[in-house]
Amino acid sequence: MNDEARPRTVFEAVPGDKLELFQKWFSDTIPHNRALGLKVTAVHKGGASMRLDWEPHLVGNPETGVLHGGAITAMLDACSGMAVATVMTRAQPFATLDLRIDYVHPATPGQPVLADAECFRLTHNVAFTRAVAHHGDPKDPIASSAGTFMLGTKGMAAVGQQAARIAAAEKGKIK
Amino acid sequence: MTTLLDRLGAARKANDLVRLGEAIPYAKWMNMAPENTTGELLTRMRYHPQLIGNAHLPALHGGTIGALLETAAIFHLLWEMDNAALPRIINITVDYLRSGRPMDTLARANFTKLGRRVASVAVEAWQDDRSKPVGAAQLHFLVTPVR
Repeated sequence: MNDEARPRTVFEAVPGDKLELFQKWFSDTIPHNRALGLKVTAVHKGGASMRLDWEPHLVGNPETGVLHGGAITAMLDACSGMAVATVMTRAQPFATLDLRIDYVHPATPGQPVLADAECFRLTHNVAFTRAVAHHGDPKDPIASSAGTFMLGTKGMAAVGQQAARIAAAEKGKIK
Repeated sequence: MTTLLDRLGAARKANDLVRLGEAIPYAKWMNMAPENTTGELLTRMRYHPQLIGNAHLPALHGGTIGALLETAAIFHLLWEMDNAALPRIINITVDYLRSGRPMDTLARANFTKLGRRVASVAVEAWQDDRSKPVGAAQLHFLVTPVR
């Protein structure tokens, strides 16, 4: 398949400092991700990584200082969603359909949580993801998740008009 | 210093749901608190702009609905179980049923099964119309004493 015929993913169409752009789209402009302080640490086609720093207000058990599962749920949802965006061939809105999380091990108090997510299958309507949250070794996870996302939902794409514009501009350059 | 379990026990004895919510920093930060105005234990997540996940719709962040479902299950366990241990979550499966609008969200938990070691809990969350849930979850908790 030549370059012109192959659908380019949103990720491939984004030039320059991808991390900075994805940080903007998937944390800075999403109020809850920003409130959690989520940092986009890596991005590639089909994958996304984020960091969540330990904060006293995210604690579930004040005696132990262990993070509340809810903060990790929100992080895995956000990171999995970003992985979906990297494989889409056009900017379109999508929403979580379901998310299953196994809490394998409590998070260590004071330590940042890292999440790695991948979108391993994209169909016309549904995207499938898996993700792990860990403290540096993905083989020793805090939590592991499986998610599905519905594509083409109401509203505006998280990778908003700016990404669509960049993608369109890049497409123009190829011709 | 009183332990979290002592404080929870005292709150239960005093029938003071508010104290139950205040014991958990993350619940406070998320504006989540248990209430009992209608004779059943509900958990309310008061709307706050920081809960938004899609600013264009606008819609609540899916993670906040997941977190509310989980917190409602925890409050239910802490309130209903006269146990000397904090429940430890094993897993959660969240179904996202509708997009959450920028308004208060309520959640109600029920035991699907309460065993000796594991509690299975079902939770539903809704906004202005209880017959139109925004999310539902099934959770498992370990309820044995630690150590």
